[in-house]
Amino acid sequence: MRFFEVLGQKGEYFLITLLGGWPTTVKVAAGALVFALIFGLVIALLRLSRWRAFRIPAIAYIEFFRGTPLLVQLFVIYFGLPDAGFEPTPLQAAIVGMGLNGSAYLAEIYRAGIEAIHRGQMEAALSLGMTPARAMRYIILPQAMRTMLPPITSFSIVMLKDTAVVSVIAAPEIMFYARNLVTETLQSAVIYCMAGALYLCMTVPMARLVARLERSRRAWQ
Amino acid sequence: MLELPKVYAEHIHIWLPELLSYVETTLRIAAVAFALAVVIGLAAALCRTSRSRILKTIAAIYVEVGRGLPIVVILYIVYFVPPQLFPGASWGWFNAFVGSVIGLGIHGGAILAEVFRSGIEALHSGQREAALSLGMTPAKAMAYIILPQAVRIVLPPVANYAIGLLKDTALCSLIGMNELMNDAKSIAFAEYQPMAVFVLAAAIYFAMSYPLSLVARHLEARLSFGR
Amino acid sequence: MAPLLQIVDLHKRFLELEVLTGVSLEVARGEKVSIIGPSGSGKTTLLRCINYLEKPTAGHIYIDGKLIGEKQVNSGYVHLSDRELAKERQEIGFVFQRFNLFPHLTALGNVTIAPQKVLGLGREEAEARGRAMLTKVGLAHKIDEYPERLSGGQQQRVAIARVLAMQPKLMLFDEATSALDPELIGEVLRVMRQLAEEGSTMVIVTHEIQFAGEVSDRVIFMDGGKIVEQGPPRDVLLNPQLPRTRDFLKHLQER
Repeated sequence: MRFFEVLGQKGEYFLITLLGGWPTTVKVAAGALVFALIFGLVIALLRLSRWRAFRIPAIAYIEFFRGTPLLVQLFVIYFGLPDAGFEPTPLQAAIVGMGLNGSAYLAEIYRAGIEAIHRGQMEAALSLGMTPARAMRYIILPQAMRTMLPPITSFSIVMLKDTAVVSVIAAPEIMFYARNLVTETLQSAVIYCMAGALYLCMTVPMARLVARLERSRRAWQ
Repeated sequence: MLELPKVYAEHIHIWLPELLSYVETTLRIAAVAFALAVVIGLAAALCRTSRSRILKTIAAIYVEVGRGLPIVVILYIVYFVPPQLFPGASWGWFNAFVGSVIGLGIHGGAILAEVFRSGIEALHSGQREAALSLGMTPAKAMAYIILPQAVRIVLPPVANYAIGLLKDTALCSLIGMNELMNDAKSIAFAEYQPMAVFVLAAAIYFAMSYPLSLVARHLEARLSFGR
Repeated sequence: MAPLLQIVDLHKRFLELEVLTGVSLEVARGEKVSIIGPSGSGKTTLLRCINYLEKPTAGHIYIDGKLIGEKQVNSGYVHLSDRELAKERQEIGFVFQRFNLFPHLTALGNVTIAPQKVLGLGREEAEARGRAMLTKVGLAHKIDEYPERLSGGQQQRVAIARVLAMQPKLMLFDEATSALDPELIGEVLRVMRQLAEEGSTMVIVTHEIQFAGEVSDRVIFMDGGKIVEQGPPRDVLLNPQLPRTRDFLKHLQER
């Protein structure tokens, strides 16, 4: 079939071109993940706070970023912010956009993990004379982190896949290169399948890792 | 940014109705893709829990690939690859809507396959044994005892998937589907008002997904019965 | 007349482990047989083989003289599928240790689903039968409750009513009271005793030695996948012949 002919002739060239997008893919995914891990924790703690002044904005933030598509959020940041005076580069917009989006999801993961541990442990810590803040830092969060490892790893996989979306704001990651290559050579079949294979090379091993983490977590319990 | 209220006051009576006219398309894509995903997902889950090793492996590969690929990539592959692989056949019917629905359906089927599978497996094997001991055939046991319980387990994650699907329809704009996102893009760039228009579009998506997520949460609370 | 239940040289292997190493047993109509023994002795496996929830590795089982669970193919035997077994299982009632009630159905629903969907009874007839059985086990006031609102003892009684509604020839009890809190055991044993007095054919795997002694015509002691000793309760329980039997009973008394 023509597919394999083209693959044989141009395959190597395609692969090298596509791999040119790989560093950006990783940069965006990693950058957004770090952003979301930190900012998500902040939002989660606000969400769990006793004061409504903190809780309500946190809830609004989570509902908004989880209730609207990532694509729209990216467009607002990349095309909308210049109106307000900020002109983000594609890379910056991608990391900030995915980071803000991811924070909302991670905040919920954090919240579930913390609430699962919260009650009795918090009471024990408080009875020992710890402040709520100390209790959170030394007792609750360390335990929560262990149970949250699988969902957080799962979420990193989602981050990785979402980088494909940032191609639309001209961030030079894999799909961006793929689309340009297709415009240039019209070999959409081979190129898109190859791009897909590249993503699978990243996501499938990570998914297996998550499965293994899940199994060992269950063994813990 | 501070001009936003002014911009909206001037234009919203034109923009809003036009954007809202695309809500129907968005919902249509989501509805058909959802139906497709449920059918595929159910089939895949049954294959995974069947006794045939061939079916098990095929389904496992499908699920791993379907969940490992970004939706964008699936949409591109579904839309662009078949016409190129089989240039002889007639592709007139294969428009962006069909491509969107199939692409989203394939992705959703992989997700739902796992949801359905863990639903079926979560049921204590004792239920099946009790049903069989009463003289039910495996088919009757499935129909009257296993599936009714599995549906209750599965409904919350399926509802959550549906909400995600609604948002994912925005990605179909990338293969040229004329839905809400695409329309927002045209208006935004035609009128040089990206911030205002995209925020408006976001609000419309939110208006669609938030009520659904409240329903989903309500369902989750109501459907957990003790064992 | 042929015995109701005939087990001939039954073997069962799980991977490497030989759980049943040649069990033969006959149970007459109306007879009540208790099986006691240490865990791992194979008594639950034996019971589960009778209604073919486990498929024996070798040996045959006959109900009323008819071979069940297998069909003859050329000169050998082949196990029946679950679909083919369904008909035979209608005549055997099985009460599980963990009740296995259907949580999405009420007590009445649990009791009537099999008569309706398996025996084909109409709804009214099935419900009449269901109400009668639930009354018989003392739960007439709970027919519309869901299992999660019932105590363990009540759930097990519903499970027994569910089996009775199918009017089986033979009833199997797999440690029916082992999962119950001590104060709830009595109500289930009461129902089982009533069934025994009414003439049901019962095979009971149990740890309740005293109950076994009171209710059974025959007590069987199993160990290591074999029947070690059997006989009337007076003999086996009060005057065991073999050292293994004596050890087992002594251990139980020490608890």
